[in-house]
Parts: sequence; structure tokens; C-alpha cells
Amino acid sequence: MKAVLNLVETLGAATLGAVTYIGELAQFALSGLTHIFRPPYYPRLIGRSLMEIGYFSLPVVALTALFTGMVLALQFYTGFSRFNASSAVASVVVLAVVRELGPVLAGLMVSGRAGAAMAAELGTMRVTDQIDALSTLSTEPMKYLVAPRLLAGIIALPLLVVLADILGVFGGFIVATNKLGFTPGTYLTSTFTNLRTEDVISGLIKAAVFGFIIALMGCFNGYRSKGGAEGVGTATTSAVVSASILILALDYILTQVLFVK
Amino acid sequence: MSQPKIRIRGLKKAFGPKVVLDGIDLDVDRGTSMVVIGGSGTGKSVLIKCILGLVTPDAGVIEIDGEDVLKAPRARARQLRGQIGMLFQNGALFDSMLVWENVTFGLLAERKIRRAAARDKAVEVLAQVGLDASVAMLSPAELSGGMQKRVALARAIASEPAIMFFDEPTTGLDPIMGAVIDELIVDCVKRLGSTSIAITHDMVSAQRIGDNAAMLYQGKVTWTGPASELLTSTNPVVDQFTHGRSQGPIKMALRK
Repeated sequence: MKAVLNLVETLGAATLGAVTYIGELAQFALSGLTHIFRPPYYPRLIGRSLMEIGYFSLPVVALTALFTGMVLALQFYTGFSRFNASSAVASVVVLAVVRELGPVLAGLMVSGRAGAAMAAELGTMRVTDQIDALSTLSTEPMKYLVAPRLLAGIIALPLLVVLADILGVFGGFIVATNKLGFTPGTYLTSTFTNLRTEDVISGLIKAAVFGFIIALMGCFNGYRSKGGAEGVGTATTSAVVSASILILALDYILTQVLFVK
Repeated sequence: MSQPKIRIRGLKKAFGPKVVLDGIDLDVDRGTSMVVIGGSGTGKSVLIKCILGLVTPDAGVIEIDGEDVLKAPRARARQLRGQIGMLFQNGALFDSMLVWENVTFGLLAERKIRRAAARDKAVEVLAQVGLDASVAMLSPAELSGGMQKRVALARAIASEPAIMFFDEPTTGLDPIMGAVIDELIVDCVKRLGSTSIAITHDMVSAQRIGDNAAMLYQGKVTWTGPASELLTSTNPVVDQFTHGRSQGPIKMALRK
């Protein structure tokens, strides 16, 4: 009987903890979003965050997209040639990159790089009283630290995904024309004939949502960190893990919502 | 009798089952310096964080100039708390900014000066805490502990606040630098005519910077009096604490 009670108590505590966490996250997200639209605005900080999230993530996103496009071309060719459908490689590579892998892989890469950096920076500011110092200097920390990062995430990731899309297709193009016997004209015609505007838009919508999630989890975990260096480390890990899981889960939900037959 | 600048009544704060403040009553008269002493974990920092609005108390009254900041509308509470300049224990300088940006941060946030004039203003304030103009262009990481404290003090006094809080201003400094910081604090507070509250474990520092003192023990103010009487107080709690005796009413757990 006691074991059952302990189990119920543990489950209850875990449920309460999860509900509290989700509630605090939702409150934090709402507060951050409303601060984006309320003055004062900090254009310099938004610019700095755009550089951090967007510009400095360019190399890692570019390389990931390029190699993914190359691998996809090889793998799809292997599969499709078994059904005498190897001519579909270009169409499937572009759809896979634009609709799915561009946003997801860019999101995961940026989460590991910029999301972790955000959590570490805000976490350090929290444990060294810098966030409290902001409050005592007539500055709202949510507006100064969180809102610019959220906005930068929403703007930067779609831009990165445009680049990832182009380089992913280019990677497939290089392999297809050099290794698989496609002519450049055939490959490109096949690529653009089957690509629709809604494919690109659905990928960019995903990217904007993922950008928001990365910045939100980075800021949320960093902002709440406590306990010195260990707390900052934990916050950084949590930011990357939670953002990655949310990206993959939301990817399915958004794919379902934006699904076109 | 004149109204105190800061008046606290029945202030309570608990974190889960741990009661930190259990009905604090404290008056700080205008233009005077109050030193708050007490053992680690007795709620000294929580007390000033409650006044600053960084921690929300569970119950009680915090009046600044006779107005309860806990009941005042948000904008008014922010205005009342805007009078407070704070020196954090570790300085809490923004490490992504240069020294001059740190010093003028509050002034720029309140739009009291323009960015173009900020560097000159920072140099002027840095001079008040005995720092050379060349320090303005350094980053906080390039400064020694004592210099960081001075820059943090410069940031706290830049907007000439009517109230100043000092959280363990001499912690981590050598005795000479501690004395220098104390002198700067006394000088700044007197020059600005501010009302101040300082938290410290350092009895020498407490007597240097405080007009009055209050001892926190078990979540309450157990003694108040002139800071000059700290070492001669007959209160057993104050006597044990100020003389650092292991035996007495204050029990410290050796093991958890």
C-alpha cells in the first residue's frame, strides 16, 4: 500500500512540476512577445541578436545543407533506380530540402549554436546579478534581454533557411550531375517544375516558428538559471535539448497543418 | 517627528517552508545611513530585494516617502523605486559593455543624457570615485576587484539617487581597499544627501559607513541602535555576532 502511495505521490509531483513548467514557459513567451511590440525599442540589440543568430550561424547551416543535399541525391537515386524512377531524384530532393530538412536541420544547428549561447549569456547574467542590476537601472529585463532575441530568432531563421534551401538543392545538383549522369539542364528543369510556392512558404513558416522556439528556450532557461556555474551549464543543456525536441515535435504538427495532397 | 524616508512594517517572506523574513519592522530616517547586519541566510539581501521590487514579499508594508510601494500602481511604484541606486555585492557590471557604458547605463535608459554626451559624463562620475579617465574605455574583465567595485559605485551614483543600497560593499577586498570603498561610500552619500542602507558582515566597515545599525536574527529585527554602539551592545545576539563568538544564542549548524 505504501509503495502505491509513493508511486501516486511521485506521479502527482511530476505532473504538478510539468504543469507549472508549461505555465511558466507560456507566461514567459507571452510576456516576451508583448514586449516586442511595446516601446522602448532597442534596434542595436535586435541587430546584435540578428548577427549572433543569423550571420554567425551561416557557415554551420550552409555546410549542413550542402552535405544533406548531396547525401539525399545519392540515397534517393539508390531507392528510385530500383523502381526505374531515378528521374524523380531532383523533384524529391528539392521537396525534401525545402519543405522539411532545410528548416529542421537549420533549426537544430542554430539551437546548438545560438540557443546554447543565449542560455549561457543570460544564465551568467542571472547568477552574477546583472539581470537584477538592469531592473535597478530603470530597464525591464524582459524587454531588454528577451524581446530582441525573440524577434531576431523569428527573422533570422527564415533567412538562414532560404540559404539552406539553395545550398541543399545545389548539393543534390553537384552529385546528380557529376556522379549520377544527370545533365544540368534536366536536373534544374525537374527541380523547378515540381516546386510550388506553398512548398517554400510552408518551409519558411516552419523556420519562423523554430526561430522563435530556439530563442524562447535559450532565454527561458538562461533567465531562470541559478546556483552558479553548474546552474548555467544545466540551463545551457536544457535550452538545447528542449528546443531540439520542440522543433521535432512542432515539425510534425506544422507539417500536418500545412499538409497539401 | 519627521516621516522616515523608508518605513517597513511586518514584512514577511518565505521560500517554500523556509521563512526568511518573519515580520520585519524598520525605519530609515531621511539623510541617514542604516547598516543591516546578521548571519548568512538571515534575509539581509532578501530585505533589500523586497524594497527594490526584485522579490515580492508575502505580507507587510514598504513605504518610501510615506507611500506604500507594494500597493502603489505599477508606474508609481517604479517611480518611487527609481530613486534607489544599488551597489551589488559582486559589482554586477555588464561584462558585454565598456566601463563608460556601464556607468551611464541608467542615465541613458532614463533618457537623462544623450548617447553622444555619455562618455564625458562617465569620465566625470568615474573621477568622483577616484578613477582615471582611461578606465572608461576598458571592459569590466580588465579591472581588479577594487576597481570593479568603484565602477559599480560610479554606476550607482551616476543618477544622483535619493536612496542608496550597498550589498556587502567590502566583501572580497583587502582591508585598505575596503577602507577606500567605505570612504567613497560615505563621501558619495553625504555629497548627494542620500538615505542609505548597507548590508555588511564587516564590523569595521559597519561603523565607518553607518549612522544607525539593525541586527537581523531569526527573520526579525532583534536590535537597533547607533552604529557606534555595535561593539558595546549588551544584546546577547549582537554581542555574539559582532565579536564573532562561537558560543551564544546564535546556533550555527556544524553538520547538516
